[in-house]
Formats: sequence, C-alpha cells, structure tokens
Amino acid sequence: MSPLVSIAGLSVAFSGVPVLRGVDLALGKGEALGLVGESGSGKSVTWLAALGLLPRHAKVSGSVRLDGREILGAPAAELDQVRGGRVAMIFQDPASALNPVLTIRKQLCEALALHRDLQGNAVKAEARRLLDLVGIPDAGRRLEAYPHEFSGGQVQRIMIAMALAGNPDLLIADEPTTALDATIQAQILELLSTVRREMGMAMVLISHDLGVVAENCDRVAVMYAGRIVEQAPSNQLFADPVHPYAQGLIGALPPLDGPRRRLTAIPGTVPDPAMMPDGCAFAPRCTLASESCGHTAPSLAPIADGRTVACIRAEASRRALLGIAAE
Amino acid sequence: MGRYFAIRIGRAALTIVLVVTFAFVVLRLSGDPALMILGPEAPPEVLAAFRKAWGLDDPIWFQYLDYFGAIAKGELGRSMRDGRPAIELVLERIPATLALTLPAFAFKVALGVPAGIYAALHRGSGIDRAVMMTAVAGFTVPSFVLALLLVLVFAVQLGWLPSGGQDSWRHAILPIATLSLGGAAVLARFTRSAMLEVLGQPYIRTASAKGMPWRRVVTSHALPNAAIPTVTILGFMVGALIAGAVVVESVFAWPGVGRLLVVAVANRDLAVVQCILLLVAMTMVTSNLIVDFLYGFLDPRLRAKGAHA
Repeated sequence: MSPLVSIAGLSVAFSGVPVLRGVDLALGKGEALGLVGESGSGKSVTWLAALGLLPRHAKVSGSVRLDGREILGAPAAELDQVRGGRVAMIFQDPASALNPVLTIRKQLCEALALHRDLQGNAVKAEARRLLDLVGIPDAGRRLEAYPHEFSGGQVQRIMIAMALAGNPDLLIADEPTTALDATIQAQILELLSTVRREMGMAMVLISHDLGVVAENCDRVAVMYAGRIVEQAPSNQLFADPVHPYAQGLIGALPPLDGPRRRLTAIPGTVPDPAMMPDGCAFAPRCTLASESCGHTAPSLAPIADGRTVACIRAEASRRALLGIAAE
Repeated sequence: MGRYFAIRIGRAALTIVLVVTFAFVVLRLSGDPALMILGPEAPPEVLAAFRKAWGLDDPIWFQYLDYFGAIAKGELGRSMRDGRPAIELVLERIPATLALTLPAFAFKVALGVPAGIYAALHRGSGIDRAVMMTAVAGFTVPSFVLALLLVLVFAVQLGWLPSGGQDSWRHAILPIATLSLGGAAVLARFTRSAMLEVLGQPYIRTASAKGMPWRRVVTSHALPNAAIPTVTILGFMVGALIAGAVVVESVFAWPGVGRLLVVAVANRDLAVVQCILLLVAMTMVTSNLIVDFLYGFLDPRLRAKGAHA
C-alpha cells in the first residue's frame, strides 16, 4: 500500500542554524503515529515545515509527498487546498489558537467555506453539527460566542471541530493536551480517537508524554536533535526500545506494576543546534558510545519488520537492555 | 456595559476639572496680567484699578470658586486685552486650525497606516527598512525643524510655495505637510509593531493551517486585531485636532487657535488661555471616550469585561 504521506530528507534551518537534519517518515492511510521527543527536537517543526507554515526566513529542503504528489514548495493555491482540506492541524495552546475578535461561527464557517461545497444555511447547519460532534452543548447558541467565553478544553474541542471541517485525511495534533488539566486531557484524547475511528482519518500525535502516545498510537517515532532515531510499533518500542535515547526516555518512566525502582535519568543536556557534534548527536550523552559514534551520524536502518533505528551500537544496546554481557 | 461607560465618563469629567484647575493655578502664580497688559511703566493706581476690575486682588481660592461658578453659568470670561468674550475669540480661530489639522489627519492615516502594514508584511525587506528609517527620522525631527526645512527648500530655494500667512490654499500646503509627515511617521511605526505582534500570534497560524489564502488571513484575521492598538494612537491624534498645531501655526504665521494660545500666554490673558485649555481638555477627553467605546466594539473580551465590571 502506498503511504499517505512520505517525508524524505526534510531539513529546516533558521538563520543558518539547522533544527531539522534530514527527517524520513512515512505514514499510511488511517494510521496513528506518535511523535515523541524533548522540546526542541523538531517534532512540531517537521509538520509545520511539511505544510509550509514556517516563517519565510526558515530554509526548508527535502521532500514531502502527499499521495505521491510533492507538496514541499508547491504553489500557494495548491498548499491552501492541502491545508485544512487534506491535512488539518491543531495546536498546543487552544486559548491563543483561535482569533479572539471573531465568533466561533465565523471561524468554523470559514473553514467550511474553504473546503466544502456548501452554501448559505447549509454552512451554519454543518457548523452546528460539528460542534455537536465534538461535544459542545447547546451548539446552535454557542456558535455566536467568542473564544474567551469557552474553557480551555472546550476551545480545543472547537479546534478539533474546525480541523474536521474540511474532512481531512490526516490530522496533526501538536501537543493537543499539554495546556489542559489532566481530566480534560483524557476527554480530548478520547474525542480524538473517536473521530479518527469514525472518519477513518490518519493522525500524527505530537507529544512529549509517552503514556499518551502509547495509548493512542499504532506506531511511534522518537526524535532527537532534529532527527528520527527510532521508529517502531508502539507496543514493541515501549517493551523493547533499541536506541539508547529511546531506552533512556522509557527508563525514566515509573513502572505501574512491579517493585519500586530508581528512575534513570539521561545524563547531560540536548546539544545546542548551532553546535551539533559531528557524529551521532546523542553520543555525548550516551553510555554505550564508542569512538566511532563521534565520526559519522548513523542513518535510520531497519532492524526488524517495521522497525528502524539510527544507531551503530543498536545491537550492543539491545544486549545491554536484555542484560546480556557483550562479549 | 452601562457601568463601563459611566465610570469612564466620570473619569473624563475629573480629568477636565484637574486640567482646568492646574491651568488656573499656574497662570496666576506665574506673572501679573496687569503688568503684562499695561506695561511696567503704568502708574500704580492704574495697575491697582485693573486688578480690582478683573478680580485679581481677590484671594486665589475666591477667584477659583468664582471662575467655576461662572463656568457653571456658561460664562468663560472675557479677554483682558480687548474685553471680548474669550470663547468668541477662540471659536473664530477654530476653522483656521481645522483647515490645517483635518487634512493633516487624513494624510497621516492615509500614509502612516498602509506604510506600517506594508512594512510589517515585508519585515526585513528593503522597503521595510526604508519605511522605518523615514519613520524614525519623521518623529525624531521636531516639527519646528521640519517646518523650517520645508520652508527653506520649497519657499526659499525653489520658490514654489509661500512661507507663511493665510491668503490662499497654497499657504496651507507647507503647514499641512509638516503636520502630516511627523504624524504619519508615528502612525507607521505604531501600525507596524501592532501588526508584527498580531502576525506572530498562534491564531494567525491557525488561519493559515485552515487553508486560508494569505491575503485573507491578513485582511480578516490580522487587521481587526492590529486595529486595537492603532486606534489608541489615532485617538490621541483626534484629540490634538484643536491645539496640535501650536508650533506649526507659529512658524507659518497661521492665525489659528495655536497662535492665539501663544499670544494669550505671553500676555497672561487669563480667560483666553483657560478657555483654550478647557476646550483642549474636552476634545482630548472626548476622543479618549470614543476610543474606549471603539475598544469595546473591536474587542469582544473588553465588551465582556465591561458587562461584568
């Protein structure tokens, strides 16, 4: 099956400083992919760049194909059809993601008018249906309200309604619950998975919360310093991470069952994008690093069916995890 | 909503009282109108009679109460120079001033706002830098310097336009240009920064992510938000319509309210100065009230706050 989106060698630099350094990623129709990593690892930038939403001074190169058609550097009119129509995006801070001076109706109907062939009353009826769908009570009346009259969770629901307006094939949810209370988080994630199922949409869930990703995604890609370092089906990644960084991330999670154990922290900090080490970006923090790690940056290589890792010590790392001494 | 405006109107009234009081006290502490108008050689008994006639020998608090009592009856006093009602003197100068400040206001808006928007949308471009350099020059150069510069070039060197007076529309060109350029510069800078602030907001990215063409993102999402801070500065400019041309009128010998004010202050013509200041305070305060009202119209968040306040 040909992928819905395939990203190859996507690189982004802001005023000469590289923040994405060759991202390769593919996403199938209807698939839910989790994208995890620390702040600044390039999770959001990957998708903002793919959709041409970065500021003009950002230098973007590589390839982003949607159904085989190149959209990176596509003409504005074509991108406008893709954005909202094929690929919709919701953002981290719902409170500032809606225009404060326009009513919800105006903002929802704009999205409908852009991508759906609806006229007059049909637009408003559809807007009401969408609000109903995402669980805003009294949708007809609430359409005339302004964003500040809703709670954070409700605004995120409205954002989801707006994203659904164009019947997209892919929804990028960029930290959709980070700014929300824990109880609301669960509701929003539940809503996302319901609409995804019902509409058969693919979803990319960008998060630094591994638990959220584990529960909601089929597959996970781990990013570090502007690259993908490991991708695997969710259950495999969490059970058996191979890249030392992915191991570190998962090792830092407290287990829900089993005896209490000391949580392990990854030593050091993420390198400054302006001063990336020559070889593997994680090498300076890696306990398994050997001399050769400092020379060449490893590329993503398959290690099993549906799994890829960018680490020359992948095998050693796996052994270390399983407690087998390297001979 | 009603209370929001009741509070603002109350504050506005208080502002006017404070301005008038300040002017009243300062004018009486800063010189003797009798000496100014009759001259230092005038015999003491003439000076005393003058002071008595205008009530200047009463205690200041008595004069103050007297003054407010008169205002309450709608009397703003008479000019000490020619005995005519001060309000009459001021009102007959207003058309001349408005003949400069109204067109200047229109030019400021027509030049400054689009320049600011354009510069913000093309941030960092050559045009942006040119607009901003002009803007900085425009508001760091004091209006009297700019006025003299324009006179030097267009009146003295080129001889295209008259350097002063009020005989024809050509006389108004240089004063209007002086007023417009400085104001347009301020406005351009304000609009640009308001626009840049708005363009960096997440909701602009949301609008783009919806698939909205950039031109429409700017017109229907960015501009309505950028209008809020821009309206503030426009309010100040409207408030300055009556007395914003003091310097320019003086340089170009334009017989407006500004020049009347300069002459009246020099002569300690108390009633005239007070009358002008009252008028200025009232226009300032009124335009600020209009701005407050516009905020409520432009920003639904303030509307809501007003309703709950």
